[in-house]
Amino acid sequence: MMTSTRRIKVEHVMGTVFSIDLRDPEVGDAVLDEAFTGLHQVDQRFSPFMAASEISRLGRGELTLDDCHPDVAAVLALCEDLRQATRGVFNAWGWRADGRLDPSGVVKGWAAERAAGVLDQAGASNFCINAGGDVIVRGEPEPGRSWRIGVRHPQEPLALAALLHARDLAVATSGAYERGDHISDARNREVSRELLSMTVAGPSLTLSDAYATAGFAMGESGIAWVAAQPGYAPYAVTREGRVRYSDGFATWLSAG
Amino acid sequence: MMPTRAAVAIVATALAVVLLFSFKTPAQSRPRTPAADVSQGATPSPSPSVSGASPSPSVASGFKDGTYTGQDVFTQFGDVQVKVTIAGGRITDVQPLQMPFEKQRSAEISQFAGPQLHDEVLQAQSAQIDTLSGATYTSDAYAQSVQAALDQAH
Repeated sequence: MMTSTRRIKVEHVMGTVFSIDLRDPEVGDAVLDEAFTGLHQVDQRFSPFMAASEISRLGRGELTLDDCHPDVAAVLALCEDLRQATRGVFNAWGWRADGRLDPSGVVKGWAAERAAGVLDQAGASNFCINAGGDVIVRGEPEPGRSWRIGVRHPQEPLALAALLHARDLAVATSGAYERGDHISDARNREVSRELLSMTVAGPSLTLSDAYATAGFAMGESGIAWVAAQPGYAPYAVTREGRVRYSDGFATWLSAG
Repeated sequence: MMPTRAAVAIVATALAVVLLFSFKTPAQSRPRTPAADVSQGATPSPSPSVSGASPSPSVASGFKDGTYTGQDVFTQFGDVQVKVTIAGGRITDVQPLQMPFEKQRSAEISQFAGPQLHDEVLQAQSAQIDTLSGATYTSDAYAQSVQAALDQAH
Protein backbone atom coordinates (compact mmCIF):
# COMPACT_ATOMS: atom_id res chain seq x y z
CA MET A 1 0.00 0.00 0.00
CA MET A 2 1.72 3.12 -1.20
CA THR A 3 1.19 6.40 0.53
CA SER A 4 -0.42 9.17 -1.47
CA THR A 5 2.62 11.42 -0.97
CA ARG A 6 4.81 9.41 -3.29
CA ARG A 7 5.58 11.11 -6.58
CA ILE A 8 7.96 9.63 -9.11
CA LYS A 9 9.29 11.14 -12.30
CA VAL A 10 11.30 8.99 -14.70
CA GLU A 11 13.25 10.17 -17.74
CA HIS A 12 15.99 8.98 -20.06
CA VAL A 13 19.16 10.99 -19.50
CA MET A 14 22.84 10.30 -20.17
CA GLY A 15 22.16 7.05 -21.95
CA THR A 16 20.32 5.59 -18.99
CA VAL A 17 17.24 6.15 -16.87
CA PHE A 18 16.95 8.55 -13.96
CA SER A 19 14.10 8.46 -11.51
CA ILE A 20 13.30 10.87 -8.71
CA ASP A 21 11.02 9.67 -5.94
CA LEU A 22 9.78 12.60 -3.85
CA ARG A 23 8.09 11.97 -0.50
CA ASP A 24 7.55 15.50 0.82
CA PRO A 25 3.84 16.25 0.40
CA GLU A 26 4.29 20.00 0.84
CA VAL A 27 6.79 20.36 -2.01
CA GLY A 28 5.25 21.13 -5.39
CA ASP A 29 5.69 19.07 -8.55
CA ALA A 30 7.58 21.83 -10.34
CA VAL A 31 10.83 20.92 -8.61
CA LEU A 32 10.82 17.54 -10.36
CA ASP A 33 10.73 19.25 -13.77
CA GLU A 34 13.40 21.68 -12.66
CA ALA A 35 15.68 18.86 -11.52
CA PHE A 36 15.31 17.01 -14.83
CA THR A 37 15.89 20.18 -16.84
CA GLY A 38 19.20 20.51 -15.02
CA LEU A 39 20.11 16.89 -15.75
CA HIS A 40 19.48 17.34 -19.48
CA GLN A 41 21.62 20.48 -19.47
CA VAL A 42 24.49 18.59 -17.86
CA ASP A 43 24.11 15.82 -20.46
CA GLN A 44 24.27 18.28 -23.35
CA ARG A 45 27.35 19.92 -21.88
CA PHE A 46 29.28 16.81 -20.89
CA SER A 47 28.29 14.03 -23.26
CA PRO A 48 31.23 12.54 -25.16
CA PHE A 49 28.71 11.11 -27.61
CA MET A 50 27.29 14.46 -28.70
CA ALA A 51 29.60 16.09 -31.20
CA ALA A 52 28.40 19.55 -30.19
CA SER A 53 28.84 19.11 -26.43
CA GLU A 54 31.39 21.33 -24.75
CA ILE A 55 33.34 18.26 -23.67
CA SER A 56 33.55 17.00 -27.26
CA ARG A 57 34.59 20.40 -28.57
CA LEU A 58 37.10 20.80 -25.76
CA GLY A 59 38.50 17.36 -26.57
CA ARG A 60 38.92 18.33 -30.22
CA GLY A 61 40.64 21.56 -29.29
CA GLU A 62 37.85 23.75 -30.62
CA LEU A 63 37.24 25.30 -27.21
CA THR A 64 39.57 26.24 -24.40
CA LEU A 65 38.57 25.58 -20.81
CA ASP A 66 37.94 29.30 -20.39
CA ASP A 67 35.43 29.16 -23.23
CA CYS A 68 33.42 26.51 -21.42
CA HIS A 69 30.81 26.79 -18.69
CA PRO A 70 32.44 26.91 -15.23
CA ASP A 71 30.94 23.49 -14.47
CA VAL A 72 33.31 21.97 -17.02
CA ALA A 73 36.35 23.21 -15.14
CA ALA A 74 34.82 22.02 -11.87
CA VAL A 75 34.20 18.51 -13.21
CA LEU A 76 37.62 18.26 -14.84
CA ALA A 77 39.21 19.36 -11.56
CA LEU A 78 37.33 16.51 -9.89
CA CYS A 79 38.59 14.15 -12.59
CA GLU A 80 42.14 15.27 -11.95
CA ASP A 81 41.75 14.75 -8.19
CA LEU A 82 40.48 11.24 -8.85
CA ARG A 83 43.21 10.48 -11.36
CA GLN A 84 45.73 11.23 -8.63
CA ALA A 85 43.78 9.46 -5.87
CA THR A 86 43.56 6.30 -7.98
CA ARG A 87 47.14 6.56 -9.21
CA GLY A 88 45.94 6.76 -12.77
CA VAL A 89 43.40 3.95 -12.73
CA PHE A 90 40.68 6.52 -13.25
CA ASN A 91 41.67 8.82 -16.05
CA ALA A 92 39.06 10.84 -17.94
CA TRP A 93 41.66 11.66 -20.55
CA GLY A 94 43.02 8.22 -21.24
CA TRP A 95 40.59 5.35 -20.75
CA ARG A 96 38.71 5.32 -24.03
CA ALA A 97 40.18 3.27 -26.84
CA ASP A 98 39.39 6.10 -29.25
CA GLY A 99 41.21 8.59 -27.04
CA ARG A 100 38.23 10.86 -26.52
CA LEU A 101 37.99 12.93 -23.36
CA ASP A 102 35.31 11.19 -21.34
CA PRO A 103 34.52 12.27 -17.77
CA SER A 104 31.37 10.12 -17.66
CA GLY A 105 32.68 8.21 -14.66
CA VAL A 106 32.23 11.38 -12.65
CA VAL A 107 29.44 13.25 -14.42
CA LYS A 108 26.50 10.99 -13.69
CA GLY A 109 27.00 11.01 -9.93
CA TRP A 110 27.86 14.68 -9.96
CA ALA A 111 24.70 15.50 -11.95
CA ALA A 112 22.53 13.43 -9.58
CA GLU A 113 24.00 15.30 -6.63
CA ARG A 114 23.19 18.54 -8.36
CA ALA A 115 19.60 17.35 -8.80
CA ALA A 116 19.53 16.57 -5.08
CA GLY A 117 20.66 20.14 -4.50
CA VAL A 118 17.73 21.42 -6.55
CA LEU A 119 15.35 19.42 -4.37
CA ASP A 120 17.10 20.63 -1.22
CA GLN A 121 16.67 24.22 -2.33
CA ALA A 122 12.98 23.64 -2.86
CA GLY A 123 12.61 22.44 0.71
CA ALA A 124 12.49 18.72 0.02
CA SER A 125 14.15 16.54 2.63
CA ASN A 126 12.72 13.08 1.92
CA PHE A 127 13.55 11.74 -1.51
CA CYS A 128 15.42 9.17 -3.53
CA ILE A 129 17.24 9.76 -6.79
CA ASN A 130 18.16 6.73 -8.88
CA ALA A 131 20.65 7.55 -11.63
CA GLY A 132 20.78 4.42 -13.74
CA GLY A 133 21.49 2.24 -10.73
CA ASP A 134 23.38 4.78 -8.64
CA VAL A 135 21.35 6.03 -5.71
CA ILE A 136 20.99 9.02 -3.41
CA VAL A 137 18.58 8.73 -0.49
CA ARG A 138 17.64 11.53 1.88
CA GLY A 139 15.47 11.49 4.96
CA GLU A 140 12.82 8.78 5.12
CA PRO A 141 10.45 7.20 2.61
CA GLU A 142 7.73 7.37 5.22
CA PRO A 143 7.82 8.60 8.81
CA GLY A 144 9.76 6.33 11.11
CA ARG A 145 11.65 4.11 8.73
CA SER A 146 14.81 4.29 6.67
CA TRP A 147 15.14 3.73 2.94
CA ARG A 148 15.66 0.15 1.83
CA ILE A 149 18.24 0.02 -0.94
CA GLY A 150 18.73 -3.25 -2.76
CA VAL A 151 22.04 -4.11 -4.41
CA ARG A 152 21.43 -6.08 -7.56
CA HIS A 153 22.87 -9.55 -7.72
CA PRO A 154 25.53 -9.48 -10.45
CA GLN A 155 24.36 -12.73 -12.00
CA GLU A 156 20.63 -12.80 -11.33
CA PRO A 157 18.73 -9.69 -12.47
CA LEU A 158 15.78 -10.29 -10.17
CA ALA A 159 17.75 -11.14 -7.06
CA LEU A 160 19.57 -8.97 -4.56
CA ALA A 161 23.09 -9.44 -3.33
CA ALA A 162 22.50 -7.15 -0.37
CA LEU A 163 19.96 -4.91 1.32
CA LEU A 164 20.97 -1.60 2.89
CA HIS A 165 19.04 0.55 5.31
CA ALA A 166 19.92 4.24 5.35
CA ARG A 167 18.50 7.71 5.81
CA ASP A 168 21.17 9.79 4.09
CA LEU A 169 23.48 7.91 1.81
CA ALA A 170 24.84 7.62 -1.71
CA VAL A 171 25.30 4.14 -3.17
CA ALA A 172 26.92 3.33 -6.51
CA THR A 173 27.62 0.00 -8.17
CA SER A 174 30.01 -0.87 -10.96
CA GLY A 175 30.02 -4.17 -12.74
CA ALA A 176 30.58 -5.77 -16.08
CA TYR A 177 27.20 -7.46 -16.25
CA GLU A 178 25.05 -4.70 -17.70
CA ARG A 179 26.89 -2.80 -20.39
CA GLY A 180 29.46 -5.47 -21.05
CA ASP A 181 33.09 -5.21 -20.04
CA HIS A 182 33.17 -1.45 -20.25
CA ILE A 183 35.18 -0.62 -17.17
CA SER A 184 38.90 -0.74 -17.62
CA ASP A 185 42.00 0.37 -15.86
CA ALA A 186 43.13 3.45 -17.74
CA ARG A 187 46.77 2.62 -17.09
CA ASN A 188 46.76 -0.34 -19.42
CA ARG A 189 43.19 -0.47 -20.76
CA GLU A 190 42.86 -4.02 -19.56
CA VAL A 191 39.44 -5.10 -18.45
CA SER A 192 39.23 -6.18 -14.86
CA ARG A 193 37.98 -9.73 -14.39
CA GLU A 194 38.56 -10.25 -10.69
CA LEU A 195 35.29 -8.77 -9.50
CA LEU A 196 31.73 -9.29 -10.64
CA SER A 197 30.62 -6.07 -9.01
CA MET A 198 31.77 -3.32 -6.70
CA THR A 199 29.29 -1.30 -4.66
CA VAL A 200 30.45 1.76 -2.74
CA ALA A 201 28.44 3.68 -0.15
CA GLY A 202 29.25 7.04 1.37
CA PRO A 203 28.16 10.65 1.65
CA SER A 204 28.72 11.80 -1.94
CA LEU A 205 27.41 10.02 -5.02
CA THR A 206 30.10 11.63 -7.16
CA LEU A 207 32.77 9.92 -5.09
CA SER A 208 30.84 6.70 -4.46
CA ASP A 209 30.42 6.36 -8.22
CA ALA A 210 34.03 7.21 -9.03
CA TYR A 211 35.38 4.93 -6.30
CA ALA A 212 33.14 2.08 -7.47
CA THR A 213 34.40 2.52 -11.02
CA ALA A 214 38.05 2.72 -9.99
CA GLY A 215 37.76 0.00 -7.35
CA PHE A 216 36.12 -2.35 -9.82
CA ALA A 217 38.86 -1.71 -12.36
CA MET A 218 41.52 -2.43 -9.72
CA GLY A 219 40.03 -5.86 -9.06
CA GLU A 220 40.40 -7.47 -5.65
CA SER A 221 42.96 -4.92 -4.51
CA GLY A 222 40.30 -2.28 -5.11
CA ILE A 223 38.31 -3.53 -2.11
CA ALA A 224 40.99 -2.45 0.34
CA TRP A 225 41.59 0.70 -1.65
CA VAL A 226 37.96 1.78 -1.38
CA ALA A 227 37.85 0.92 2.33
CA ALA A 228 40.80 3.23 2.87
CA GLN A 229 38.91 6.21 1.45
CA PRO A 230 37.62 8.18 4.46
CA GLY A 231 33.85 7.94 4.77
CA TYR A 232 33.39 5.32 2.03
CA ALA A 233 32.80 1.61 2.29
CA PRO A 234 33.02 -1.21 -0.28
CA TYR A 235 30.82 -4.24 -0.91
CA ALA A 236 32.33 -6.44 -3.58
CA VAL A 237 31.39 -9.71 -5.22
CA THR A 238 34.43 -11.59 -6.47
CA ARG A 239 34.56 -13.71 -9.58
CA GLU A 240 34.39 -16.79 -7.35
CA GLY A 241 31.12 -15.50 -5.95
CA ARG A 242 32.47 -14.46 -2.60
CA VAL A 243 31.27 -11.30 -0.90
CA ARG A 244 33.70 -8.93 0.75
CA TYR A 245 32.73 -5.79 2.57
CA SER A 246 34.14 -3.49 5.21
CA ASP A 247 32.91 -2.84 8.72
CA GLY A 248 31.63 0.51 7.54
CA PHE A 249 29.38 -1.17 5.02
CA ALA A 250 28.12 -3.67 7.58
CA THR A 251 26.46 -0.88 9.57
CA TRP A 252 24.03 -0.31 6.69
CA LEU A 253 23.41 -4.01 6.20
CA SER A 254 22.31 -4.51 9.76
CA ALA A 255 20.53 -1.23 10.58
CA GLY A 256 16.80 -1.45 10.88
CA MET B 1 40.55 0.35 16.68
CA MET B 2 39.16 -3.15 16.88
CA PRO B 3 35.37 -3.01 16.96
CA THR B 4 33.28 -5.85 18.25
CA ARG B 5 32.15 -6.71 14.78
CA ALA B 6 35.74 -7.50 13.99
CA ALA B 7 35.44 -10.61 16.08
CA VAL B 8 32.78 -12.01 13.80
CA ALA B 9 34.87 -11.55 10.71
CA ILE B 10 37.93 -12.90 12.43
CA VAL B 11 36.02 -15.98 13.45
CA ALA B 12 35.29 -16.56 9.79
CA THR B 13 38.97 -16.28 9.05
CA ALA B 14 39.85 -18.35 12.04
CA LEU B 15 37.39 -21.01 11.02
CA ALA B 16 39.14 -21.17 7.70
CA VAL B 17 42.48 -21.42 9.41
CA VAL B 18 41.22 -24.11 11.75
CA LEU B 19 39.90 -26.08 8.83
CA LEU B 20 43.34 -25.88 7.30
CA PHE B 21 44.48 -28.11 10.11
CA SER B 22 42.80 -30.88 8.15
CA PHE B 23 40.28 -31.84 10.76
CA LYS B 24 37.03 -33.29 9.61
CA THR B 25 34.53 -30.71 8.50
CA PRO B 26 32.34 -30.00 11.51
CA ALA B 27 28.77 -31.09 11.10
CA GLN B 28 27.31 -27.67 11.89
CA SER B 29 29.39 -25.73 9.41
CA ARG B 30 27.95 -24.83 6.05
CA PRO B 31 29.34 -27.29 3.56
CA ARG B 32 30.23 -24.92 0.74
CA THR B 33 32.00 -22.23 2.73
CA PRO B 34 35.31 -23.56 3.97
CA ALA B 35 37.02 -24.35 0.71
CA ALA B 36 36.15 -20.99 -0.75
CA ASP B 37 37.28 -19.10 2.33
CA VAL B 38 40.77 -20.43 2.17
CA SER B 39 41.24 -20.21 -1.56
CA GLN B 40 43.01 -16.89 -1.38
CA GLY B 41 46.63 -17.86 -1.18
CA ALA B 42 46.27 -19.72 2.07
CA THR B 43 48.77 -22.43 2.81
CA PRO B 44 47.73 -25.49 4.78
CA SER B 45 49.40 -25.90 8.11
CA PRO B 46 50.24 -29.56 8.60
CA SER B 47 51.15 -29.40 12.28
CA PRO B 48 49.29 -26.96 14.48
CA SER B 49 50.88 -26.29 17.82
CA VAL B 50 48.61 -27.47 20.56
CA SER B 51 49.10 -25.73 23.88
CA GLY B 52 45.88 -26.63 25.67
CA ALA B 53 46.06 -28.87 28.68
CA SER B 54 45.28 -32.45 27.70
CA PRO B 55 42.93 -31.75 24.85
CA SER B 56 40.09 -34.21 24.60
CA PRO B 57 38.65 -35.30 21.30
CA SER B 58 35.20 -34.09 20.44
CA VAL B 59 33.58 -36.53 18.10
CA ALA B 60 30.48 -34.46 17.53
CA SER B 61 32.16 -31.51 15.84
CA GLY B 62 35.43 -32.90 14.66
CA PHE B 63 37.34 -30.19 16.53
CA LYS B 64 39.62 -31.29 19.34
CA ASP B 65 39.62 -29.07 22.38
CA GLY B 66 42.69 -26.94 22.91
CA THR B 67 44.36 -23.78 21.78
CA TYR B 68 45.71 -23.61 18.29
CA THR B 69 47.97 -21.09 16.69
CA GLY B 70 47.29 -20.86 13.03
CA GLN B 71 50.01 -20.57 10.49
CA ASP B 72 50.70 -17.11 9.22
CA VAL B 73 48.46 -16.86 6.18
CA PHE B 74 49.15 -14.36 3.47
CA THR B 75 46.03 -12.73 2.12
CA GLN B 76 45.27 -9.98 -0.31
CA PHE B 77 45.16 -7.61 2.62
CA GLY B 78 48.29 -8.72 4.40
CA ASP B 79 49.36 -11.42 6.79
CA VAL B 80 46.76 -12.95 9.04
CA GLN B 81 47.51 -15.12 12.03
CA VAL B 82 45.11 -16.08 14.80
CA LYS B 83 45.00 -18.14 17.95
CA VAL B 84 41.86 -20.21 18.31
CA THR B 85 40.51 -21.79 21.47
CA ILE B 86 38.29 -24.82 21.12
CA ALA B 87 36.23 -26.01 24.08
CA GLY B 88 33.54 -28.64 23.95
CA GLY B 89 34.21 -29.02 20.27
CA ARG B 90 33.31 -25.43 19.46
CA ILE B 91 35.32 -22.30 18.87
CA THR B 92 35.10 -20.29 22.06
CA ASP B 93 37.76 -17.66 21.50
CA VAL B 94 39.75 -16.19 18.69
CA GLN B 95 42.70 -13.91 19.32
CA PRO B 96 44.27 -12.08 16.41
CA LEU B 97 48.03 -12.37 16.59
CA GLN B 98 48.64 -10.62 13.36
CA MET B 99 46.23 -8.64 11.22
CA PRO B 100 46.95 -6.59 8.14
CA PHE B 101 47.16 -2.80 8.20
CA GLU B 102 47.39 -2.63 11.96
CA LYS B 103 49.74 0.28 11.78
CA GLN B 104 47.80 2.12 9.13
CA ARG B 105 44.71 4.26 9.19
CA SER B 106 42.91 1.64 7.17
CA ALA B 107 42.59 -0.76 10.09
CA GLU B 108 38.94 -1.41 9.36
CA ILE B 109 39.69 -3.20 6.12
CA SER B 110 41.25 -6.12 7.92
CA GLN B 111 37.82 -7.08 9.17
CA PHE B 112 36.20 -8.45 6.07
CA ALA B 113 33.44 -10.94 6.15
CA GLY B 114 33.61 -13.43 3.35
CA PRO B 115 30.36 -15.32 3.02
CA GLN B 116 29.35 -16.98 -0.17
CA LEU B 117 27.23 -14.75 -2.30
CA HIS B 118 24.54 -17.38 -2.25
CA ASP B 119 24.09 -16.88 1.48
CA GLU B 120 23.33 -13.21 0.98
CA VAL B 121 20.89 -13.54 -1.83
CA LEU B 122 17.41 -12.27 -1.27
CA GLN B 123 14.72 -12.34 -3.83
CA ALA B 124 13.96 -8.78 -4.81
CA GLN B 125 10.26 -9.40 -4.90
CA SER B 126 10.12 -10.38 -1.27
CA ALA B 127 12.59 -7.85 0.07
CA GLN B 128 10.33 -4.79 -0.12
CA ILE B 129 13.03 -2.47 -1.36
CA ASP B 130 12.51 1.19 -2.17
CA THR B 131 15.22 1.45 -4.80
CA LEU B 132 17.88 -0.63 -6.52
CA SER B 133 21.60 -0.07 -7.01
CA GLY B 134 23.27 -1.89 -9.85
CA ALA B 135 25.74 -1.38 -12.66
CA THR B 136 24.45 1.31 -14.97
CA TYR B 137 21.65 -0.04 -17.04
CA THR B 138 20.80 0.72 -20.59
CA SER B 139 17.24 1.76 -21.32
CA ASP B 140 16.40 -1.77 -22.43
CA ALA B 141 17.81 -3.30 -19.29
CA TYR B 142 16.00 -0.73 -17.20
CA ALA B 143 12.70 -1.72 -18.74
CA GLN B 144 13.22 -5.24 -17.43
CA SER B 145 14.64 -4.22 -14.09
CA VAL B 146 13.32 -4.24 -10.57
CA GLN B 147 13.82 -0.47 -10.48
CA ALA B 148 11.37 -0.05 -13.36
CA ALA B 149 8.79 -1.98 -11.38
CA LEU B 150 9.44 0.19 -8.34
CA ASP B 151 9.07 3.35 -10.41
CA GLN B 152 5.72 2.16 -11.69
CA ALA B 153 4.38 1.12 -8.31
CA HIS B 154 2.88 4.42 -7.32
